[in-house]
Amino acid sequence: MSVLAQVVPFERPPIDWHAVAPELTLLAFGALLTLADAIWLERGRRFTAPLAGIGLLAAMIPVVTLAIDGADRSLFGGAYVVDNFALVMKALFLLSGYVVVLLSTNYIGEGDYWENEYYGMLVSSILGMIVMASARDLISIFVALELLSIPAYLMATWRKRDLRSNEAGLKYYLMGVFASAVMLYGMSLLYGIAGSSILSEIGEVVNGPDGESTVAAMAVVFVIAGFAFKVSAVPFHTWAPDTYEGAPTPVTAFLAVASKAAGFVALVQLVFVGFWGRDDIYEPLMWALAAASMTIGNLIALRQTNIVRMMAYSGIASAGYIMAPLAVAGESAAAADESLRAVVTYLVIYAAMNLGVFGVILAMARKTRSAEISSFAGAFQYAPGLTVAMTIFLMALAGIPPLGGWWAKFVVFRALVVPGTVSGYILAAVAAVNSVIAIYYYLSVLRTMWADDAPDGDVTPIRVPASLAAAMALTAFATVAFGVMPRIVDNVSDVTLLVGVGG
Amino acid sequence: MLLNQFLLLAAALFCLGVYGVLTRRNGVLVLMSVELILNAVNINLVAFGAFQDNVVGDVFAVFVIAVAAAEVGVGLAMVLLMYRNRKSIDFTEVDMMRG
Repeated sequence: MSVLAQVVPFERPPIDWHAVAPELTLLAFGALLTLADAIWLERGRRFTAPLAGIGLLAAMIPVVTLAIDGADRSLFGGAYVVDNFALVMKALFLLSGYVVVLLSTNYIGEGDYWENEYYGMLVSSILGMIVMASARDLISIFVALELLSIPAYLMATWRKRDLRSNEAGLKYYLMGVFASAVMLYGMSLLYGIAGSSILSEIGEVVNGPDGESTVAAMAVVFVIAGFAFKVSAVPFHTWAPDTYEGAPTPVTAFLAVASKAAGFVALVQLVFVGFWGRDDIYEPLMWALAAASMTIGNLIALRQTNIVRMMAYSGIASAGYIMAPLAVAGESAAAADESLRAVVTYLVIYAAMNLGVFGVILAMARKTRSAEISSFAGAFQYAPGLTVAMTIFLMALAGIPPLGGWWAKFVVFRALVVPGTVSGYILAAVAAVNSVIAIYYYLSVLRTMWADDAPDGDVTPIRVPASLAAAMALTAFATVAFGVMPRIVDNVSDVTLLVGVGG
Repeated sequence: MLLNQFLLLAAALFCLGVYGVLTRRNGVLVLMSVELILNAVNINLVAFGAFQDNVVGDVFAVFVIAVAAAEVGVGLAMVLLMYRNRKSIDFTEVDMMRG
């Protein structure tokens, strides 16, 4: 008799409502946004953006109370876990989602396209991300991945009569669907080996004698390749520049920061909880992906003339930096601890500086109507504030102290050299060379903005809407604060996973 | 019955699907190829579940089916949008952005 046919009296598993409160809050606000759209139609336009913003901040409240409580919680037999890693990532997703709402407010409001659904999509995508931060089970990881991706495909296609936006969405969709199908194939093999979908149980099997099999190796490769698409690591990066360029700019900011971070969250959980024992497979894989992403991303970024495309390649390079610590994570428990902290630190700081850059691009594009770097010439003459903000963010990305980026790079280097292996040293050297290459293209944008003359001598000032200004002020403050007082991030990134090494 | 019969079938379907995604130009056929990969996954999951007498595989397969339906819904909408805007669903023509 099949297992499905057996009649078993159903008993609801105990649910810790406090642990799932952030998800429930966001779900409620998502439903509210959809309802508001259905009831008020066009009249709802005025308050959808504030409602989405309030929803994201409201979901922060239970995250904070859970953090104050401090206890690790495990639900559904270990499938859903709230530990401090999950909480830090949830806070990151919610706050960067809030900044994306601020960035979107005027951009979407002034376009010809329906707004209400946009925020509904944004909120459901962020819901997927905060679920991902807690998911320690193949099924929940898969559902979270799709919940965060499907709305993102639609958001990338938001300008539906614009061929570029269509192309952006289509490429993102095709690559995303293909990658998640390949990843699922890997997951089905993992389930086959372990007989369970819970990551910690898979971890036990993969670390044991059964983990030595070729099937296990194949499963690890397939799953990591699937997530490498999500984080746009070379050679799975081809969608990123086109999608970033064609998608509406606030959506690009969202994809570049939150969506990428969600991919890394899943990778970290899989590597540290599930694949820990197969460092012979994932370490070389991560090493190659990291080295290729850094080098190719930075080299192609050098010859971009469109700033959004340049940021796409710089994002690919950053994916390399974030991935690098995972290439040495399997050496020892200390190395694992260090690399987990490096990944979290980099993600937090990267979110602040990257969202800031996109904020400035959005503000500049209100006047220039273009994302060509040459059209930003002479910005200092008519928008000194924006030029200074851009300087802060790009210098931070280049890793120049005392702005946030240097600390992010520093912890990555530290994680790479701590285990003292040759491969770690080589990767650190590759990363160092790449950091120098990156300075060149960040500075050349700044040179255009500070030193060149405005095209056609047009120096009418830019009127920056309040929400956009608030987004830039928030991110600029975070970028500077993280750089001047790295201890803030250090406190935040001192995380451990409930089950797994270093935990 | 042996487990490896199912696994071989799934592997064959997986390869067909990957081949289809990489070579087909027609949008709808690409989506169908993705479905082939997902069905390979489902066969794997159900076969493993049956042989281990464990319900997780079946549950996972149901989730894959449900989510794949949502995903293909979005995909078909995009193909339709593409057809409206350019009267063609040849994916190789989508190459406005390069570099």
